[in-house]
Amino acid sequence: MSTRVFAFVLFVCLTLLSAPLRSQNLPELRWGGDAEGGAPYVEADAADPTRVVGFDVEIAQLLASGLGATPRFIQVGFTSIDAAASRGDFDVGLSGIEDTPARRARLAVTVPYYEFREVLTVRSSDKDRYRSLADLRGRRVATLGATLAYDLLVDAESRDGIVPVTYEDDVHPYSDLVLGRVDAVVLDAILAQRGVRRNSGLTNQAAVLAVGHYVGILSAEQSALRDRMNAILRDAMRDGRLERIFRRWDVWNDDQPRLYARVLADKSPYPVPASSLVSSTTAPDATTMTPDAMRTLSPPQTWEAARRYLPALLRAAVITIVLSCLSMTLAVITGALIASGRIYGAGPLRVALTGYVEVIRGTPLLLQLFVLYFGLAAIVQLPAFLAALLGLGLNYAAYESEIYRGALEAVPSGQLDAARTLGFSERQTFFLVRAPQAFRLALAPMTNDFVALLKDSSLVSVITVVELTKETSIFAANIGSWVIPGMMCAAIYLAMSLPLARLARRIERGWRHG
Amino acid sequence: MSVLDVRAMEVRRGGRLIVADATFAAASGEVVALMGASGAGKTTILRAIAGLDSIEAGTVTIPRPVGMVFQFHHLFANMSAHRNVWLAPVHVLRQPRAEAERRALELLASLGVGDRASAMPHELSGGEAQRVAIARALAIEPHILLMDEPTASLDAARRGDLATTLRRLASEGRTIIIATHDAEFARACAHRELTVEGGRVHVVS
Repeated sequence: MSTRVFAFVLFVCLTLLSAPLRSQNLPELRWGGDAEGGAPYVEADAADPTRVVGFDVEIAQLLASGLGATPRFIQVGFTSIDAAASRGDFDVGLSGIEDTPARRARLAVTVPYYEFREVLTVRSSDKDRYRSLADLRGRRVATLGATLAYDLLVDAESRDGIVPVTYEDDVHPYSDLVLGRVDAVVLDAILAQRGVRRNSGLTNQAAVLAVGHYVGILSAEQSALRDRMNAILRDAMRDGRLERIFRRWDVWNDDQPRLYARVLADKSPYPVPASSLVSSTTAPDATTMTPDAMRTLSPPQTWEAARRYLPALLRAAVITIVLSCLSMTLAVITGALIASGRIYGAGPLRVALTGYVEVIRGTPLLLQLFVLYFGLAAIVQLPAFLAALLGLGLNYAAYESEIYRGALEAVPSGQLDAARTLGFSERQTFFLVRAPQAFRLALAPMTNDFVALLKDSSLVSVITVVELTKETSIFAANIGSWVIPGMMCAAIYLAMSLPLARLARRIERGWRHG
Repeated sequence: MSVLDVRAMEVRRGGRLIVADATFAAASGEVVALMGASGAGKTTILRAIAGLDSIEAGTVTIPRPVGMVFQFHHLFANMSAHRNVWLAPVHVLRQPRAEAERRALELLASLGVGDRASAMPHELSGGEAQRVAIARALAIEPHILLMDEPTASLDAARRGDLATTLRRLASEGRTIIIATHDAEFARACAHRELTVEGGRVHVVS
């Protein structure tokens, strides 16, 4: 018996010891991507959700085998992929990442492995009306935030007067296009073809708005590893392995051999300019990116960019404060009604209100926003700002109602008895005696909630409202760094929340003498 | 002629019998003391008479409005002593605000707390708060004043003052019912003492 136990322990020890030895022989290639991006890039395997599949997965395998390593996937949110790369969370990021000047400035970027076109998608009924961005003056045009397509739309905003609408994912722009919430979508052709396939009644316009490239990204110190990866990618371009991958995912086209020829002809790390987005095509609609966005940003230019972005940040801050104030007003009124209903209402009403409070408090705000905006879209199409206002307001109403209920119940019942013997009606007692005292008790937690709401309002960017945090992340993506945008964003939030705390203190003081 | 008439009154709380068969009456201008140990049911009898607790059986005949002064005063914490007093005359009796304010000041002055009119309840001493509470109860011009343990927060000198005040109020024609366990105070101001024991009322004198 004891020998068997001994043998087992020995086996476990040997297994544990052999693990690091094995990984030394075959090092891991940690590669980062966002499985939420979906096919054909990276998506969870429907047959085995713990695995990922997609052309970026196969490129990771290709790079790993070239390096004599085993690939290991690391899930990273798409919007934070640059920050994760420079921090070294993974060796290389591969997730349909676009080649931009900002990325070249901050990271080590591989040679491009795929060329994509930005195309315009419209409802089939509008196909003759909206042929280019210039036809969409005053119309809402959707895209994915923090992409070149977004920069394209910002450029078109000033030139053609379109209204850019940003999404956090690439599925809802197309479903909202079908619903009529937006009138066009600009995204790369791969996503556009998928969007048209999944939604009936949509058409991709033939005109190419711009051209871009997908690259792998590494932290800036990893340029040696990047050079090895470039060699592997060039080999795969030469011997057709890349072509086979893209053919397997049905995204191979004639643009790719032309790109590969350029990459193979030039041995430098950057054979193709990032500014090739300026357009390598002769399409009449091909647009020129703003020169600013094309520049590689040095620190003084970062300050210059900060100065340029400040008005946009302040505008976004106005959205944040207006949305927060309106939502808080809704929350206060609804919360007061819920609290009164729970104290004074009949049994069934009390049960219903308690149910509401528990459901709202027990589920994430993010989910509630999704349900309001996307989930209800088949029944009622709320405008994004209204959905954001309702989502935040009704969510906070549940929390406010609990504060008010507690505060109302904290008013001594003796005072209520005294009011009854003096002949006051329930209503008079409520408004003259109970509510004013409850309000004073509720003021401090209410201020707290308002500050929390001010910050939670950043969640509404998932339903296309661009508020302060969203504008900051767009800014950060544009210049390739979070440092200055983050500091500016924090300063603006503080500038909004500190006066609020002072105001609350003043009201509280004034109340004591009322 | 009796102003207050309580007959066979029964009060239950959570099924438990708190007041059983309470029967007594009080005449106009009379001060009646309900004596008894804590928990005997004195406060409940007052609350039932005031209409704060519902009665299970029996009858209470009483002219409205009824003024009640609670043991812990229960002044409205969110307003000054003055507003505590004029609030009901304005909102319940619909008196003009200016007149109600003037009368409230007179009442406070007559009870010796005219100089505390603008103080908030938490700024008042126990004795001051009690006199403001009496002023508040009197402001609605009740025929009957119910007082629960009025001497609980008073020192000996203040107790004497209160006895004098209650005698004066009774002499103006009001009926005053006092629930107290303070025998000395009861002797000092009550015309009649009743004993409450196990929720029953006995005539003592």
